[in-house]
Amino acid sequence: MVNNTIATNAIWKILETVKDPEVPVLSVVDLGVIRAVSLEAKQVTVTITPTYTGCPAMDMISMHIKMALNAAGYQTTIQTILSPAWTTDWITENGKQQLKAYGIAPPVGKSFDQAYLEDIIVPCPQCNSTHTVLVSQFGSTACKALYKCETCKEPFDYFKCH
Amino acid sequence: MATMKNEIDFLLHLADNALIIGHRNSEWCGHGPILEQDIAITNIALDYIGQARNFYQHAAALINQNPTGIDITQTGNDMVLPATEDSLAYLRDVREFKNLLITEIPNGDWAHTTLRLFLLSAFELELFMQLLQHTDAQVAAIAEKSIKEVSYHVKWSQDWVLRLGDGTEESKQRMQAAIEAIWPYTGELFIQPDYATAACLDYAAIQAAWNKKVLAVFEEAGLHIPSKTFVQKGGADGMHTEHLGYILAEMQYLQRAYPNSEW
Repeated sequence: MVNNTIATNAIWKILETVKDPEVPVLSVVDLGVIRAVSLEAKQVTVTITPTYTGCPAMDMISMHIKMALNAAGYQTTIQTILSPAWTTDWITENGKQQLKAYGIAPPVGKSFDQAYLEDIIVPCPQCNSTHTVLVSQFGSTACKALYKCETCKEPFDYFKCH
Repeated sequence: MATMKNEIDFLLHLADNALIIGHRNSEWCGHGPILEQDIAITNIALDYIGQARNFYQHAAALINQNPTGIDITQTGNDMVLPATEDSLAYLRDVREFKNLLITEIPNGDWAHTTLRLFLLSAFELELFMQLLQHTDAQVAAIAEKSIKEVSYHVKWSQDWVLRLGDGTEESKQRMQAAIEAIWPYTGELFIQPDYATAACLDYAAIQAAWNKKVLAVFEEAGLHIPSKTFVQKGGADGMHTEHLGYILAEMQYLQRAYPNSEW
C-alpha cells in the first residue's frame, strides 16, 4: 500500500504537467477535474469530470492525460463521472493565482452561494480596480464571462462561478 | 422491461429536446445582434449539445444492456445494435424524434429566440430538480450537471425578456408578438408523456412553479399572456411540425449520404 501511494503520487506529479488547452497556465489538477487516480501494476485509471457538458476541451484533456502517462510507461484508462458535478470551488488556490497572473479574473465567491447569478464585483486582473462591468455572461469559452474594467479600460475574461 | 423501455424513451425525449434546441440556437452563430450576444447564444447551444450527448450516451448504454428486451425498430427504423450517441442522433427519422414542439419552431427574431429559451429553460430547471431524485443514479448525475448550466440560461434569457419587454415601444411590441406566437407551444411542456413514469416526476408541480416564475417576469417587463389560446401538442409522441424534417435533413445529411464517415 505504501508503495502504491508513492507510485500514485508520481502519477499526480505527471498530471500536474498536463495543462488545460484553453487556459495553458492551469494544470488539470489545479482545475479540479481529476477526481481519482488508481494504479494496478502499470495500469492506471484516471477518473475525470467535465467542467461543462459541452466543453470541447474535455476530449483533448483526456488525450493529453493519456499521452503524458503513456510517455511515462503507464497503460491508461480514462473514466468520466458526472456526479458530484464539477464546481469552480475545486480550482486550487495555486490555480486561482495562475489564472489572475494570466489575465483571467478567478471565480469570486463560492458556487453553492446562488448569489453568483446576481451582480457581483469582479476585480480587474490587470489593475485590481473594482470598478468593472459585466459585458456578457458568456465569454470566449463555456467557462468564462466577459467583463470590462472602467479604470484601465481593458476588457478581460472572468472564470465564472459554477 | 416496460419500465426500461419507458426510461429509454424518456431519455430520448430529453436528449432530442436538447439536440434540437441546441441546433436552433446554433443557427445564430455569426448572425447575433452584437458579437457578445452571438457568443452567448452559441455558448448556450454548446451546453445543449453537451446535455444531448449525456442523455444519448446513457440511452445507448441502456439499449445495449437490454438488447433482447428492447425492440430496436421502435427506437428507429434505421437503427442497428450496438446503439451509439451518434446513431441515436443521426439515424432516427422525424416520427421517431420525441422533442417538444417548442424546441423545433424557427428562431424568428431575437425576441422570439430569447423568449423561447426563457420559457423552455425555466421548465427544464424545475424538471431537472425533480430528476435529482431519479432512481437511476446516472440520470440524477446528468440532471445535477445540467442544472448548473440551465441556471445561467434562465438568467440570461430572462434578462432579455425584461430588457426588450421593458425597453422601447418597438422592442416591447416585438416581445409581445413573440409571446403571442410561442405561447400555444407552452401547454405541451406540462403534458406528461406516457413513458415519463419515473416516480420522482410531478408535472403539476413543475407547471405551478413555472407559472409563478414566468408571470412574475412578464409582470416586471409589462408583458401579458394571450387572453385566448390553444395547445399545440404531439412532439413528445413523434407528431411534429413541418419544421423538424428540415432540421434533420440538414443535420443528418452527412451520415445518411456517407454512412459511418468520420472527421
